[in-house]
Amino acid sequence: MARSGIWNWLRANLLSSPANIALTLLCLIFLAWIIPPLVRFLLTDAVWSGSDRQACLASPDNPQPGACWAFVRVWSSYFIFGFYPLGQRWRVVLFFAALAFGVVWLLWLSAPRRDLGALYFFLALPVLSLILLSGLPAIGLINVPTTLWGGILVTIVVSTIGMVLSLPLGILLALGRRSRFPVVKTLSVAFIEFVRGVPLITVLFMASVMLPLFVPERFSPDKLVRALVGVAIFASANMAEVVRAGLSAIPRGQYEAANALGLSYWRTMALVVLPQALRVTLPNIVNTFVALFKDTTLVFVVGIFDFLRTIEAARGDPNWASPITSVTGYVFAALFYFVCCYGMSRYAQNVEMRLARRSGPRER
Amino acid sequence: MATGTETAGPPRAEVAVEIVGLNKWYGEFHVLRDINLKVTRAERIVICGPSGGGKSTLLRCINRLEDWQSGRVIVDGIELTDNPKQIVAVRRDVGMVFQQFNLFPHLTVLENCTLAPIWVRRMPKRDAEALAMRYLERVKIPEQAQKYPATLSGGQQQRVAIARALCMNPNIMLFDEPTSALDPEMVKEVLDTMVELASDGITMLVVSHEMGFARQVADRVIFMADGQIVEINEPKGFFGAPQHERTKLFLQQILR
Repeated sequence: MARSGIWNWLRANLLSSPANIALTLLCLIFLAWIIPPLVRFLLTDAVWSGSDRQACLASPDNPQPGACWAFVRVWSSYFIFGFYPLGQRWRVVLFFAALAFGVVWLLWLSAPRRDLGALYFFLALPVLSLILLSGLPAIGLINVPTTLWGGILVTIVVSTIGMVLSLPLGILLALGRRSRFPVVKTLSVAFIEFVRGVPLITVLFMASVMLPLFVPERFSPDKLVRALVGVAIFASANMAEVVRAGLSAIPRGQYEAANALGLSYWRTMALVVLPQALRVTLPNIVNTFVALFKDTTLVFVVGIFDFLRTIEAARGDPNWASPITSVTGYVFAALFYFVCCYGMSRYAQNVEMRLARRSGPRER
Repeated sequence: MATGTETAGPPRAEVAVEIVGLNKWYGEFHVLRDINLKVTRAERIVICGPSGGGKSTLLRCINRLEDWQSGRVIVDGIELTDNPKQIVAVRRDVGMVFQQFNLFPHLTVLENCTLAPIWVRRMPKRDAEALAMRYLERVKIPEQAQKYPATLSGGQQQRVAIARALCMNPNIMLFDEPTSALDPEMVKEVLDTMVELASDGITMLVVSHEMGFARQVADRVIFMADGQIVEINEPKGFFGAPQHERTKLFLQQILR
């Protein structure tokens, strides 16, 4: 029975027509061509331990060595913390834990007291993280200048702040673009179109080179802060367009019903229009987040050591010079970005399905 | 429907709605021509007429969903101007039911009903929910309170919309073709709800082609065409002895 079930499924889905049979065969050939070498490189022939380049060079034991994971292992703490002082790294670990706690509290839809979770995430966590990471001598945490931050720590800080700022700013810009007031509208359109018409790399250069021209040297913001401002500006302009698409999907009747009930403009937006608009556009919002996460790799152009940059630096280590060191570094970076981005998109799909189940098909 | 006399000025003016010399254009198109109308408190008015005649537009001027170029609209003693405070004051006092229901699809039936009481009237959530349940019982669907609008039939959705409007304790209710989007078998349940409401002493203005409803509950029936009030009369006279050719023609077409 089971066998015939599988056979029927194969016939219906993979072998239903000559064209389908041909496609199935082509796919099988492609997989046979790509998978064995991948497995060989990543797992079976990979070098898992060692203390220098000798381990990853071709030897009689291993004539064609695969990925040099030993290199990643030795450098891993640099990939995570950058130059963050050795004795202070527990603070970064604590920050990761606090962040993970907040993310789970906020994103787990049936978690208790999610309102408190939001308060924690948007108010307590930023203050806590700032004190924890950059230090507060008064309570015994020595200052760690941001120039020492690096690796995954910087990638997480930049992308989290970019995402958390871009959504509210993007919403405000999108509303501004549809505003009745000409000044608000013109400013919003000008900002959105200008930032969107410029590559992120340019925004970053402008934030890091031009910002100091406008503020007195004494107050000249930190390099990392400047990059953060650049990323947030860029991300919110993109987010504004995503939100605008969602706003235009809301029928006029919704605004009229809210108005007729006496709800003010802001209440109408916050209680009626935005919850629906953001829901419609959730896939696009997550898409923007994923793009933003990957785009943070560009902060290296203003001299910040994000995760990818630490790999760039480490692969030049003469101790580990071997034909496969660079490849291994990049494969590791790819895996890291893939896991993070795939996680985000899976979560979004999950939420979408949940919302669809809950409220059924949209009205009309 | 007593809401108390929390506002100063003429408490519950005897004239619920007063419209004087109202004119409105959509670009070149003259939708409302010189409309004059006085609706007394607790009066039930049915407005009918061919489509494009300005019925809905007139109704939507009463809570300022539409603005106009000249003329005055005074609702419950408050003159509607560009002043947002007055507009909100009027809207708090005027409930509206739409042809397409316009329920909020992301909220449950109960949340649809409590939204405005909580956020506009600043009522505690518990009280708002009790109030909402009372009105949902009146429109005979308390058992649907926890469902989402999309899972209800058209007739049920429209009854929720009526309950939602009633939760603001309005003195005046506007109905904009409340049964036009419904399947025939659902028209009756909505009309029954409205008839029941009419016996309550609430001021009602209804744009509708349901002539049976007009006969049964209307104090006056208004016939509108080409942006003008052509004829206005008690139901008996209106249906029994229409004065104008346009009215006769329209009634012939609609009553067959």
